[in-house]
Amino acid sequence: MTPAPLHLAGERLMLDPMGVVSWPARRTLAVSDLHLEKGSHFAARGHFVPPYDTRETLTKLALATRRYRPARLVLLGDSFHDARGCERMAPADCAALGRILASVEEVVWVLGNHDPVAPVGLPGIAVSSFADGPLTFRHEADPRASGELSGHFHPKATLATRAGGVCRPCFATDARRVILPAFGAYTGGLDVRDPALGCLFPRGGRVFLLGADRLFSVPMAPMRRRAEAAL
Amino acid sequence: MGTLPEPFAGWFAARGWTPRPHQLALWKAAQSGESALLIAPTGGGKTLAGFLPSLMDLHANPREGLHTLYVSPLKALAVDIARNLTTPVEEMGLPIRIETRTGDTPQNRRARQRETPPQILLTTPESLAVLLANPEAPEFFAGLKAVVVDEAHAMAGTKRGDQLSLCMARLDLLAPGLRHVGLSATVAHPEALRAWLSPSARAEDVRLVLGKGGAEPVMDLMLPEGHLPWGGHMGIASAPGILARIEEAGVTIVFVNTRAQAELIFAALWKINERNLPIALHHGSLQIEQRRKVEAAMAAGKLRAVVATASLDLGIDWGAVDQMIHVGAPKGVSRLLQRIGRANHRMDEPSRAVLVPANRFEVLECVAATEAVRAHELDGDAPRPGGLDVLAQHILAMACQAPFHPDALYAEVTRCGAYSTLARRDFDDVLRFVEDGGYALRAYDRFRRLFRDSEDMVHIRDLRVARQARMNLGTIVDTPMLKVRIRGGPVLGEVEEWFASTLEPGNSFIFAGQVLRYEGIDALTMVVTRGGDGDPRVPAYAGARMPLSTNLSFRVRSILADPRRWRGLPEPVRDWLRLQRHRSELPQRDGLLVEVFPKGGRWFMVAYCFEGRLAHQTLGMLITKRMERMGYGPMGYLGTDYVLATWSAFEPTDPEHLFEEDILGEELEEWIAESSMLRRTFRSIATIAGLIEKNHPGQEKSGRQMTMNSDLIYDVLRKHEPDHILLRATRAEAARGLTDVSRIATLLARVQGAIRVRRLDRVSPLAVPALIEEGREWVAGGAEDALLAEAAALVDEATDGAEHFADVLAEVTEGVRVRSGVVDRPRRQDRKRRPPPRRFIRSAKGLGG
Repeated sequence: MTPAPLHLAGERLMLDPMGVVSWPARRTLAVSDLHLEKGSHFAARGHFVPPYDTRETLTKLALATRRYRPARLVLLGDSFHDARGCERMAPADCAALGRILASVEEVVWVLGNHDPVAPVGLPGIAVSSFADGPLTFRHEADPRASGELSGHFHPKATLATRAGGVCRPCFATDARRVILPAFGAYTGGLDVRDPALGCLFPRGGRVFLLGADRLFSVPMAPMRRRAEAAL
Repeated sequence: MGTLPEPFAGWFAARGWTPRPHQLALWKAAQSGESALLIAPTGGGKTLAGFLPSLMDLHANPREGLHTLYVSPLKALAVDIARNLTTPVEEMGLPIRIETRTGDTPQNRRARQRETPPQILLTTPESLAVLLANPEAPEFFAGLKAVVVDEAHAMAGTKRGDQLSLCMARLDLLAPGLRHVGLSATVAHPEALRAWLSPSARAEDVRLVLGKGGAEPVMDLMLPEGHLPWGGHMGIASAPGILARIEEAGVTIVFVNTRAQAELIFAALWKINERNLPIALHHGSLQIEQRRKVEAAMAAGKLRAVVATASLDLGIDWGAVDQMIHVGAPKGVSRLLQRIGRANHRMDEPSRAVLVPANRFEVLECVAATEAVRAHELDGDAPRPGGLDVLAQHILAMACQAPFHPDALYAEVTRCGAYSTLARRDFDDVLRFVEDGGYALRAYDRFRRLFRDSEDMVHIRDLRVARQARMNLGTIVDTPMLKVRIRGGPVLGEVEEWFASTLEPGNSFIFAGQVLRYEGIDALTMVVTRGGDGDPRVPAYAGARMPLSTNLSFRVRSILADPRRWRGLPEPVRDWLRLQRHRSELPQRDGLLVEVFPKGGRWFMVAYCFEGRLAHQTLGMLITKRMERMGYGPMGYLGTDYVLATWSAFEPTDPEHLFEEDILGEELEEWIAESSMLRRTFRSIATIAGLIEKNHPGQEKSGRQMTMNSDLIYDVLRKHEPDHILLRATRAEAARGLTDVSRIATLLARVQGAIRVRRLDRVSPLAVPALIEEGREWVAGGAEDALLAEAAALVDEATDGAEHFADVLAEVTEGVRVRSGVVDRPRRQDRKRRPPPRRFIRSAKGLGG
C-alpha cells in the first residue's frame, strides 16, 4: 500500500489507496460515505442484498485506523445510509464500530444528506462542517471554498487501457479541494465527467484511481470544454 | 390421410391449397389430446398448422373464454400472426376473437381482456408471467385447451425459455389436460426439445411431427476480386461483388456476424452505390422505431437489400426475399441454415445463398459449412437445465397468485423439462432466498417477503411485495448502454457505456450508417453531431462474436488434413495450403500442430487448436502463466477462432509440457472466479432473482450513485458466504456458458501424445493470418491493475513527458499560490472569448517558470 502525497492549502496530505486521507500534521484521518446499513435499507424494500456490507466496511476502516493511528477521525457524512441505520446495526457490528471509535481521541461526524442527524449513542461531535487551520471538512463541496475535503459524490473514473476501459473509485483533486471516494462496501460511483462533479473542477485537475496497492493518477480535462461540447 | 371438415376444406380448396401432411398430423394429435412438436423448415404453413386444431375445435364447439394461448419470443411476431390468423377466421366466419397482449398493450385493453378474454390470445413469455402472477389467473386460464409455442428452438435453453416452461407447468395445473404444441425450425437435438416442451418432462409424451424439407438450398462462394486477404473479418474487399449480386436479384438480405461489421459493410456498399439502390441497415442497437421502419419497408417491398445482424434471424416471414448473402464465416451450421431459410419462404423453390469469406481461413470454414448443410448435419447444444434465478422469480410470482405448499410447488416445477433434474436442496435454498435472502447471517427476518402458516403453506407478505414482484418479472437484462442522440435531433440508438468512455470529444465513429462526431455526454445520452473527420471508429459490443462451433471446427480440420478434399477450394487457398505443407506441415485432424519460430527478436509459438476464440483466449491465459513459470518470459498472446499464438522473450523449448491436461487445475478455478465473465453472469442472475433492481431507462444520473453495483455485491458475498445459492447458480451457469473450458479439456485430452512440434526459422504460411490479426488481447480480471499502471504511464508520457508523481503534485500546489491572485480575475472576464487552458498542469507550469 503506497499512499500518495498531496499538498492542499499548504498542508501535506496523504491519499491512501484504501480511499482515506491522512493529515499527518494533525494526526487526522478523513473518510467519507461509509453508507453503513445500506444492505438492510435495501432489504427493507425487498432486495435482499448480502447483509455483510457493514461488517466489510468496518473491517476496512479498522485496518485504516490501525495503519495511521490517528488521534482524530473525521467522517465526512453519509456515514449511515439512512437516519435509522444506526439502530439497525447488528450487535457485533456495533461493537466493532465502538472499538474503532474508542481507538481515537476525537470523533467528528460531519452530517450528510443520508444521515442528517447525529448517530445516537456513539461518541463524538456532530457538525455540518468542521474547520481546522486552513482546511475545511464538509460533506458536499462548496464551489467557492478552498482548502476543502469533502465526499458526497462518490467520484469514479474510467481509464482507457488497451483492453478496454477500467473503472475505479477515485480521489478528484485540484488546487482547491479533494473529493474523497466513497468508502462503503456497497457504494457505487458517479463519473467525474458528470457535470455535477465536473463543475467543481472548472479548470480540470487530477484524479487518483484506487488500485490494489497504489493509486493511478491521470489529469482530468477542464470542465468547460466538455460542457460546451455537450450543449 | 384424412380430409378436413367444412368450412376448412372449402377454404383450402378456394385457395387451391391442399392441407399439408404435417397440418393433418397436428390435427390428429389434437384429436387424441396429445401434445406435439412440429419441426419443419421455415415456410410450409407451420403457424397455421399450430392453430388449425384450435380453429376446428372452436368451430365445432363454439364457446366463450380463453381456448388457445400462443407464445412467441417477439412482440412483433405475435402482432403479425394475429393479423395473418384473422384473415382465415373472418373468411370462414368463425365465432372467434383473436387478440394480442404484450408489454405494449394499453391498460384499458388489458383490463377488458381480463373481464372477457378472447378465445385466442397471442403473447410473449413475459406477459404470460405477469398474467400468472395474479390471483385471478386460475379463473382466467381454467378453460384453456392449448398452448402454442412458436420458435421453440429459440426459446428452449434460454432464460426466457426457462420462464415459459415454468409458466406452462402452472398452466397445466390450472387447466388439466392442456395440450402443448411446439413449432420449431430444424434442430440438432429434437429429443431434448421434445422433453423441454413436454408436460411431464418426458420426450415420449410429445408426438414428434416432421415437416417435409423444402428444396435443397443453392449455395455458392464469392471471393473478392484480386487478392484474397490473409486476415481481417469484415469482408469490406467484397463490397463491389456484394453490390453486383444485389443489383442482379430482387430483394437481398446481407447477413453479417457483428454490429460493427454491419456498420462497415453498410458504409462500404453506400460508398459505391451509384444507382442509389434502396439499401437499409438493421441491428440490435438501433432505435426500435428505426428497426420497425426498416422491417415495414422490407415487407412493403420498398427495399432492395438490408444489411442485418442476428437481429433479423427470427421474425416475420417476408416471403419475397430472393437471396441471402452471408459476409464472413457462418461460425455454426444451424445458424447458417436459419439464415438461408430467411431467404425464401416458398417451399418448393430452393433458397439462394452466397457465402462471402473475408479471409483464407474463412474460406475453409465456409466450405466446411456448405458441406455440413448438404449433409444435414446441424450443430448447437441441447437446452441446458433451467436457471435458479428464473426459478426465484417464478416462486415469488406464484406466491402472488396463491399460497402454495413447498412440496407441491417442487413437484410442479420438476415436471418441466428444464427443471426435471432440479435437486430438492437447490429448490429449498432458492425458496429461502426468496423469503428473506437465505443468508447464513439471519439479518433480514423482519423484512421477509414470504411467510409460512401453521400448515407450512407459503404466503406473500402484502400487496406491496406483490406489486413489486410483478413489476420486476422478466428475464431480459441489458448491459449498461448510452443513447446516441444527434444534437438538437433524434436518438439514433445506443452504444455500450464503455465504448463511450474510450472517446474524446471530437473523435468520430460510425453508427447507424453515418459518421458521427462525439461531442460529450449529457446525463444518460451521448451527444453527437453529423460528420467528423479522421479515421472513424466503430463501436464494438461485448460478446458480439460467436465462436466457431465444434462441428465446423472438426470439418475444417478434416479438410486441412486431407489434400484430396482441397479440390473444392479456390486456387489461392490451395496454393496457400501447399506452401504450408512444404514449409512446415498441415495440422492433423485429431492431433495438435505447434510451430515455434523467431521473429523480430521474439519467439512465437502458434498452436492450431481450432476450438474457437473464447477457448483460445482462456487457454492463452493459462499457457502464458505456465510459460512464466518455465522461464520463457511470455510477452503476450492472441486467440483467433483457429489458432492460439504466444510470443515470448526466450524460446519455448518444451511446448508439449505447456499443453498437458493438468493446466486446467487450481489456477483456472482462481482465474474464473476473478474473471469478468463471472461478474457479468452474477449481474444478470442477481437482477433476475430480484437482488438488485433492473435498470429503469431514464433514471436520473445523479440517482445512479445510489443504486446497487452488482460487482460490489459479488465481492462481498464471495468473501462472506461463498456457498450462497446465487453464487452456486452463477458458477453453474458460468460452467455451462464457459463451453470454452470444456472445449479446452476435450482438446487437451484428444491431443495427448499427438502433439507435433515444428521448429521453423521463420513464420509459416498458415500462421500469417493469426499474426496480422487485429484484435485486442484479452486480459483476465486480476490484471486490471497492471493495465491501469500501463495506461496511467502512457497518459503521463503523452502529456508532459516523464513526470514524477511527487513533482507533479508539487507543481499543482505551487500553481495554486501563483494563480489565486494573478490568473483568476482576467480569466473570469475573458471567459466568453478565450478558450480555457487545455490542461491545468501545463498552465501552472508555465506560470511557475
